Amino acid sequence: MSAQTEATRQDLAGVDTVTQAGTTPDTEQPWGALGLKVDEYANIKEILGRRPTSAELAMYSVMWSEHCSYKSSKVHFSLWGENTTDAMREKLLVGIGENAGVVDIGDGWAVTFKIESHNHPSYVEPHQGAATGVGGIVRDIMSMGARPIAVMDALRFGNLRHPDTLRVLPGIVAGVGGYGNCLGLPNIGGEVVFDDCYQGNPLVNALCVGAMRIEDIHLASARGVGNKVVLFGAKTGGDGIGGVSVLASETFSATGGGPTKRPAVQVGDPFAEKVLIECCLDLYAAHVVAGIQDLGGAGLSCATSELASNGDGGMAVELDLVPLRDASLRPEEILMSESQERMMAIVEPAKLEAFLAITTRWDVEATVIGEVTDGEHLVITWHGETIVDVPPRSVAHDGPVYDRPLGRPAYLDGLVADTTADLERPVTGEELRATLLTMLASPNLCDTSWVTDQYDRYVMGNTALAMPDDAGVVRVDEETGRGVAISTDCNGRFAKLDPYTGAQAALAEAYRNVSTAGAAPLAVTDCLNFGSPEDPGVMWQFRESIRGIAEGCKTLGIPVTGGNVSFYNQTGDVAIHPTPVIGVLGVMEDVSVRTPSGFSVDGSRLYLLGDTRDELDGSEWAHVAHGHLGGVPPVVDLEHEMRLSAVLQQGAREGWFDAAHDLSEGGLAQVLAEAVLRNGIGARVGLERLVLKGVDPFTALFSESTGRVLVAVTPGSEDEFLAAVPDSVSVTELGLTDTDVDGLVVVAGPDASFGIDHATLRRTHKATLPGIFGP
Amino acid sequence: MKIGVVTFPGSLDDRDAARAVRAAGADVVTLWHGDRDLHGVDAVVLPGGFSYGDYLRCGAIARFAPVMDVLVPAAQGGLPVLGICNGFQVLCESHLLPGALIRNDHRKFNCVDQVLRVENASTTWTSAYAAGQEITIPLKNGEGGFVADEATLDRLEGEGRVVVRYVGANPNGSHRKIAGITNDRGNVVGLMPHPEHAIEPGYGPSTDGLDFFASALASLEQVVSA
Repeated sequence: MSAQTEATRQDLAGVDTVTQAGTTPDTEQPWGALGLKVDEYANIKEILGRRPTSAELAMYSVMWSEHCSYKSSKVHFSLWGENTTDAMREKLLVGIGENAGVVDIGDGWAVTFKIESHNHPSYVEPHQGAATGVGGIVRDIMSMGARPIAVMDALRFGNLRHPDTLRVLPGIVAGVGGYGNCLGLPNIGGEVVFDDCYQGNPLVNALCVGAMRIEDIHLASARGVGNKVVLFGAKTGGDGIGGVSVLASETFSATGGGPTKRPAVQVGDPFAEKVLIECCLDLYAAHVVAGIQDLGGAGLSCATSELASNGDGGMAVELDLVPLRDASLRPEEILMSESQERMMAIVEPAKLEAFLAITTRWDVEATVIGEVTDGEHLVITWHGETIVDVPPRSVAHDGPVYDRPLGRPAYLDGLVADTTADLERPVTGEELRATLLTMLASPNLCDTSWVTDQYDRYVMGNTALAMPDDAGVVRVDEETGRGVAISTDCNGRFAKLDPYTGAQAALAEAYRNVSTAGAAPLAVTDCLNFGSPEDPGVMWQFRESIRGIAEGCKTLGIPVTGGNVSFYNQTGDVAIHPTPVIGVLGVMEDVSVRTPSGFSVDGSRLYLLGDTRDELDGSEWAHVAHGHLGGVPPVVDLEHEMRLSAVLQQGAREGWFDAAHDLSEGGLAQVLAEAVLRNGIGARVGLERLVLKGVDPFTALFSESTGRVLVAVTPGSEDEFLAAVPDSVSVTELGLTDTDVDGLVVVAGPDASFGIDHATLRRTHKATLPGIFGP
Repeated sequence: MKIGVVTFPGSLDDRDAARAVRAAGADVVTLWHGDRDLHGVDAVVLPGGFSYGDYLRCGAIARFAPVMDVLVPAAQGGLPVLGICNGFQVLCESHLLPGALIRNDHRKFNCVDQVLRVENASTTWTSAYAAGQEITIPLKNGEGGFVADEATLDRLEGEGRVVVRYVGANPNGSHRKIAGITNDRGNVVGLMPHPEHAIEPGYGPSTDGLDFFASALASLEQVVSA
């Protein structure tokens, strides 16, 4: 026997072929351990007319996981379509369902953006989990044909003082930073939120935005019989096996028992991804790519089945041609591996040579592993034996759909009834001053530069605004300055009290943040983080949130272009607050005129746009001062947000604003402190006009009423600005920026006035995170 | 005037450096790491980034790239070379500049708007500044701590070869708060902060960085007219 045949015999030993599956129908299969339910396994057998091979079982198990198949959420997605009008579709070039949505931002430019969760991996292995979260979303953007131009990350942790936060946070931040920095993508914003509900379930939501010319959009489909299937990038290893199924789609055990899930977390190599980005862009420019898909969750199982399912024929793949980091990997493991930094392209035979010349120039390994066939099946062989023979749609798109029971949780009535009305409020100037400082140092309002300074916000040289400004703003067209603004937001406490209104509040805030920078909101991406879908209360929260977002988007006239659902964010019976993180993208004709959030000139007149109501339920003040959560969230008025947005956009274009800052957590007090701290320009603020409108000084400073923005109007522009504010948007003059004022002076009558010097504000704001995590 | 910008695999700020060169009024020539040819450029910028991933010592592999085989002798012969961040690390690894860059003392990547003092305004890359001038440009790195033995530090100080120094708190533990240095001829300059990210209004903390590139252009034009 020749050496080669001997090797093949060994490779085939124990491999389950389609032929075998036909003759051994009663073989016990580990469907349960792979995360499949009994009826799902029966369904697979019905589709195939036989038992699946072990390789097929592996594919179905990862592709039918909650993470990949959206089986619990899909039934509610009709709400997106029902609430999307033709006018909203006008700028939408690619919608939900592709790797990422694409919108037309004008002048022939297309922008693609998406936010995605990497929550569970980041809890198990913070650094790699967060790093590969960034890597995954960047590849999604790349696979649309775009150059990635910026990233953002929305992070949520448990109690700042809990020891596990000390374990998780530094690793996650270093992972996000290490990967994004090494890719050369500016990190232009995001969120850092602390709440006990995320203890044991930190949320790592990574957003990426990319830009391309409209004609360069690429799609994930395998068309053209005889076209080659090329796998390129990193070799396939044993990391991340079952990441989407056994890790992302199950609840962590409350007792912490059982084996660690760490091997299910992928390991990232940002250098390989950076090279892959440049290589892909060269491939696109050379027009040698007919279809492309990144390898992320579910790895080769996903890429092959989705490409084939989206195409017009079948696909044949020789799995033993896949380059391996570990030669001992079995075919099932190769199909399930979530090794990072890999892409799959469909290439016409005539262009293969040019394709391979480009990958060679970038030292990127590329291997033809199969081709598009005229059949209807995805057929995968292993040393000549067929181990997979399936209709690709049944794997990629026709997975199970569950209309799970849902119901308003019984606890909500009690929670809603328990308002902040009876909580003790500060009254005197001294009390208000102390409250402002306590809030300014609190985990959700303190300076986050300990985190954000670990991210490169300047690389690429197109960053016009970044954290701590309200939105991240980057230039897309270097000739004209045309660019985009993005913000992500969510207040999980509001969503806990009322998921419909809470989701709309998140949408309104992200919309307002983008507008505050001066951009016209254009499109939405969302990352829906929830507990277990098997809990009817969680499913109700989920349905209400989607309804809130979809109906809100319809009012605002901007479409949801894509996003991600993350269920099972709970430990034992305790779910996180519903956390529908909303990312809004806006467009500016020239980003260099964007409005920053900090005061920079003397004598700017301060105005508050929007109405302040007694809305402290679910507020940061209730949380910090009383550890209280109850009542109803602030009213959301989206029509008002649109009018407000128009004024803010016009102000940026006309150059009226020295600064503008959105009011959200912490209210006016927080905004004033931040605007003063930014450049050290002081301000003298009078609350008397608000008091005359019936708003007491405490409410004026700490209420979290939505639809409000503080603007600092440059000297001389006041009249034009005031003339542009419609009657339906209330405007209240609050005072002046003043370089003679050291810090902040707040005047609110004889008993409620106070001042805080700059050094005290700065020290208070800055000390919190370094106090926990070190310098 | 033609200024080359080298791209290594993993270079990140190469396009930014090219933009700065153009903004200063020079023509850009892109140089490829694997190409043993400088294509007749009048000066070279080694940009920031993570060449080859910098999984080993930063710049340790880039130093062996084919393009360095021609760049090192050219620099020794007087070709103006500016190394920014990773480029500075490559220059130290290549022994065109003394000392080394190590992990920041706080052990984190750090991205801040950094105030610098121009100590030497007579190098090819800093002649457009005034000695003692303070400028603000981005600093962003994980391994920016400049270290050298005492004798080397004394020599650098004594010969006026400290080009820029950090003002205020030391951001990374660099010896004597050194942010950038030059060789004895003043044609090779390396610094950790990023002048190419501070060249146009609206992007970056200032436009203070542009004069690094304008300096080189002026020096080159002087050479031509002389």
